[in-house]
Parts: sequence; C-alpha cells; structure tokens
Amino acid sequence: MASNLGSAAVKRTLLRQLVITDFKLRYQGSVLGYLWSLFKPLMMFGVLFVVFTFIIPTGKDVPHFPAYLLLGIVIWTFFTEATTMGLGSIVGRGDLIRKVNISKLSIVISAILSAGVNLIINSVVVVMFMLFSGAEVNWLLVPFLPLLFIELILLALGLAFILSALYVRFRDFAPIWEIILQVLFYATPIIYPLTLAFNASPKIAEVLSLNPLAQIMQDFREILITPVTLTTHEVLPPVFSYVLPISIVLILVIGGYIYFKKRAKYFVEDL
Amino acid sequence: MSNDSKTIRVSVEHLGKEFKVPHERHSSLKSSVINFRKRSFETFKVINDISFEVKEGEFFGILGRNGSGKSTLLKLLADIYTPSSGKLRVNGQLTPFIELGVGFNPELTGRENVFLNGAILGLNQREIEEKYDEIVAFAEIERFMDQKLKNYSSGMQVRLAFSIAIQAHNAILLIDEVLAVGDERFQQKCLEVFAKIKQDPSKTVIFVSHDMGSVQKFCDRAIVIHDGKLVYEGEAKGAVYEYKKLNFPEQITGSDVNEESKDRWGSASIVLERLKAIEIEKPDGRHNIKMTLDIRVQEIKLLNKEIACGVAIWSAEGINIAGPNSLEYTLTAQDGSVEYLIENHPLNTGTYKITAVLYDATSGETYDHHERRFNLSVAGSSNREIGTVVLGGQWRQIK
Repeated sequence: MASNLGSAAVKRTLLRQLVITDFKLRYQGSVLGYLWSLFKPLMMFGVLFVVFTFIIPTGKDVPHFPAYLLLGIVIWTFFTEATTMGLGSIVGRGDLIRKVNISKLSIVISAILSAGVNLIINSVVVVMFMLFSGAEVNWLLVPFLPLLFIELILLALGLAFILSALYVRFRDFAPIWEIILQVLFYATPIIYPLTLAFNASPKIAEVLSLNPLAQIMQDFREILITPVTLTTHEVLPPVFSYVLPISIVLILVIGGYIYFKKRAKYFVEDL
Repeated sequence: MSNDSKTIRVSVEHLGKEFKVPHERHSSLKSSVINFRKRSFETFKVINDISFEVKEGEFFGILGRNGSGKSTLLKLLADIYTPSSGKLRVNGQLTPFIELGVGFNPELTGRENVFLNGAILGLNQREIEEKYDEIVAFAEIERFMDQKLKNYSSGMQVRLAFSIAIQAHNAILLIDEVLAVGDERFQQKCLEVFAKIKQDPSKTVIFVSHDMGSVQKFCDRAIVIHDGKLVYEGEAKGAVYEYKKLNFPEQITGSDVNEESKDRWGSASIVLERLKAIEIEKPDGRHNIKMTLDIRVQEIKLLNKEIACGVAIWSAEGINIAGPNSLEYTLTAQDGSVEYLIENHPLNTGTYKITAVLYDATSGETYDHHERRFNLSVAGSSNREIGTVVLGGQWRQIK
C-alpha cells in the first residue's frame, strides 16, 4: 500500500523522535535524572565486586577484575534492558498503533536504540575504570569492536522481535522472559570467569560457550581488558565457535523479523 | 461529471472486515494451551462487501451512524486494520486524520510534541523544521511552545494538534469528524482550511462524519453505510437524504409525502431523541412533574448555539392547557439532556399528551417538532375534584 510511511527519511525521523522522547521521559521528574541509569549498573557492580573479591574470590586470578566485572555488567544491563523494553514496546505503544499506521518495526528498533543510549553512557564509566585499573587493550583487535557491538545489538533485536510479537498475544511472556533472564545471568560468565567453569568441568564450559552472549562478552573482555581471559574460541573448536553464535544471532534476527512481520498486521486487533 | 478521466486515488472492491471475538479470551498461555482445540469464536462482520472509488480532487463523504462501521472502514483505508476479504488500493500518499494529537505527551513541551506528533503523522525531520513556524502561527500559541503540554488548556492542545495535522496533509486525506474541535473562531479557521483543500484539484479528501451539514457543504459525492453495508452511493445531497431516511423515517415521510398524520417536522439539525415525563410524589403528598428531554446535535456547526425548548401539555379532550418554554433560560445546543421541573403541579388525575419543540432561540427556526407524541399520566393530589386542573383554592366558612 502506497503511503509515505515507506520513506526512509520518515522512518528515521520517527525512530529519532521515539528515542528522544523515551530519553526525555525516562527520568522525568527525578532530581538526579539520567545519573540513575549510571547508578544502577554501578550499584550492582559495587555489590558484586565486594562479594566476588572478598567473600567468594572468584576473580582473584583475573587481571584488572573491577574493569572486567563492570564491562560484563554493562553488557548484561544492555541486554536485559533492550530485550525487556523490546518485549513491552508494541503493547506499550498500543495507543499509537490503534490510531495511526505507524511503522511497527520502528517501535521495536527504538526500544533497542533507547537501551543503546544507556549503553553508550555506561561505556564512559567502563572506559574510566579501564584507565584506573590499567586494562591491557589489544589494539590489533580493536577494529573488531564494531562487529561485536553489531552482533550484540542484532541478538537483542532478534529476541525483541519475537518477544514483542508474542507479548501482544500472550502476556505470559513478561514473567517467562524474566525467568529466562535470571537463568541467563548465571549461565553467562558475567560474575565469574569462564576459566572457573572450565576448571570445574570442560563439558560445562563447552555448554556455556554455546551462548552467543558468552562469546560476545568474552571477546569484548579479551580485546579491552586482558588477553588472559578464556574466550569461547578456546573452549570450543575455533571454526565452530565463530559459526555457531553468529548463526544463532542471524537465525534469531531473520526468523524474528519474519514472525514479527507476519503478526504485525494483526497487532491492532490482538492488542 | 467530466472527471472520469481523472486518476483513481482510492479503489475499494468488495471490502469486508470481520472481527473474531472469542467467547473466552485467551490472553494467557495456559488457557490458550488448555483450550487449544475448543476455541470458539463469534464472528462479527463489521464491513460487508463494500465497493467504491474515489478520484483525484474529490471531496468524498462517508456517512453513517455510530456503530455503522464507518470508523472501521476508515481504519481499513488508513491501513490500520487489515481487510478480511476484498481489495483495497490506495494510489498516493495518505494522511489519516483519525484522531488529533496522537502520541501527544503531557510531559513534553509544545515544541517537542510538534516533532513527535509530526513524525508519527509521517513527516520527516526537515519537513517538520520547515513547517514549524507555520504550525505554531496557525495554532496561535507562539508564547507557549516551550511550556509543557500539561500546562496547556484543552483548546490549545486541540489547536496545536490540528495545526500539525493540516501540515502533514498529503495527496489523500482521511478526515474523521475532527471539525468538532476548538472554539467557534478556531472552527471557522478549520472550515476555511477545508474549503481551501476542496479547491485544490490535486488533493483528495475522504471525509467520514455523521454531520449532515458539513457533508452537504463540502462533499461532491458520498456513500452511506448502514450495518456495515453500503446503502447509497452518489451525490452528497442524496446521501444526506438517504441518511435522514435511515435515522428519522417518520420525519422524511412526513415532510415529503405530505401525509395528514404528520406529527414530527423540523430541520433535524438538532433532534429530540426522547422525552420522558414522570410525576413524582413528594413526602408532603404533593406532586412534581419532571420532564427530561434528550437532545442530540446532528450538525456540529450548531454546537453551543443558543436554543430553546418548548413543551405543550394537552388534555385528553385536546385542549391546550399550558405551553411553557425555555426562552428565559439560556440553553445551548449540545448532546445531553434538558430537564423541566414543575413543582407542585396543578394537573388533575388523568392522561395528558405532550408536544415538544426544539427551536433556535433567536431566529425561531424549528429543529425538531414532536406534535403530541408523548404521554404523561398523572395521579394528582386530589381525587375528588373534576376538571383538568386543581386550582388549589382554600374554602372557608364565613359567619
């Protein structure tokens, strides 16, 4: 159907306005405003740092553990925010969808981008920590960082496509996704180094390495914090360790997109 | 008409839309899994086999009562709903005008809302920036643009919303009864905008309304929808006639066939939908009469115009006992009810007929006249007196 919604400039403007609005409204009426989105991961970092440095010293063998831990938490925060906001995005904008033929894809993408804005702000703190605790940046691999970012964003986007469409029909997916996130938090090497899992049982480390998020996280850490960290490519057969997570991400994005497009026509009626 | 050669902008062929309403709503996974096999739906055909075409430059009306399916049709045209059957082709860029201020956020400033709403209506950043000054000027709220929308009066919000919407207009406009916005002066401005659009041969307008006045004024052609079906397609005048016939059959037969039994007439631009007259007994044994007149404004341009109500009470013998009216009170045209209360009424036991009239307070033009079409039964305070009224006089013996 011919309508000006198809134009790329319009979609860009819509995306931009949705992200700006979200940014402006998120901490509306709070005194500290956007500082809160820094405090959340920092508080989590503080608690986990104390626990895993003094009580259960899992990170004692990891060089630059504070930066290592914070980077993990920041990536994890982005992942949870992006998928959770993505999940609720269509239902949350139900009032718009019922009244105008608005690009539904833009709504989901804007949720991911909003989480992305937070990720950028949090990255500043990570860089500060890296400077303080002396991270060993692998400059040769730094050009691969954008690819890792893209992989992370696509992973969140694919999941958001599927979750947002499912959530329109079944409100169960909010608690379901919350539970899955809880499991994933421990199944991903965020608070413990992958080495620890490997030492416990190489089999466990192999299973954990199937998770694209684990691959992304460990690759980020290897490039930015320390080459000592165990990456999924050292746990799994090297070729397999690249092909598998990328395939999972692509399947999620393409499959999610197709499913989303198919359901999008009926969002108005299902809402 | 010689516009046969013109481009067809909107073509609708055998369009149908059904809504499946499950008898039990499955909004949770559990009930959906458990009842997977025994899902039962009730299907509502909201739009049933509708076909029409709109050509470039036309001002095309869609008339229908509330619940006739006209809003669903509009949402189908706006690509918000997906048709269940039939074909729908739109040739050109289309701006839906279904609700003003979609996505307006009270916590954002006027300026921010212009950009957000503009983006939702399908403008790009550059277009919004270019049209920003014009939008603000049309809405007449230059001074308030950096204030939060929540501090705006509702009139200001509507003006801002309308100003953005008219800037967003494309080759095809879908307008849904948005004329009923703002104060009289702003309405006048809106009408001027519509008149300008009407003159522009490159603009195509689809105008959905239950306001016969504006359909007749603006539309070249119109369709009438009733219960999801197309009952008329043709000139606007004919559409209004058809619409009147559907809604006020007695009035049309009355004024057109000129039958002797006609008991209702008027322009029907404001109608009296119902009159309820009851007698209420008070604790002291005396009685009040309360009449409630349900009024509906059919022509939006008459909203808030000063109107008058009049009733006449007739005895069973056909004698006009009284004829009070509201001329001493200020009543304005709006959807709702008007009450007329007679305290300690003087009527004697019996049944009475009531005439009710709605008319223009200044010109006296009759909107809706119901000649003795309502009944009132009175128990009365006295059952020993005869005659139609109880005068309530006092008897006293003088020695």
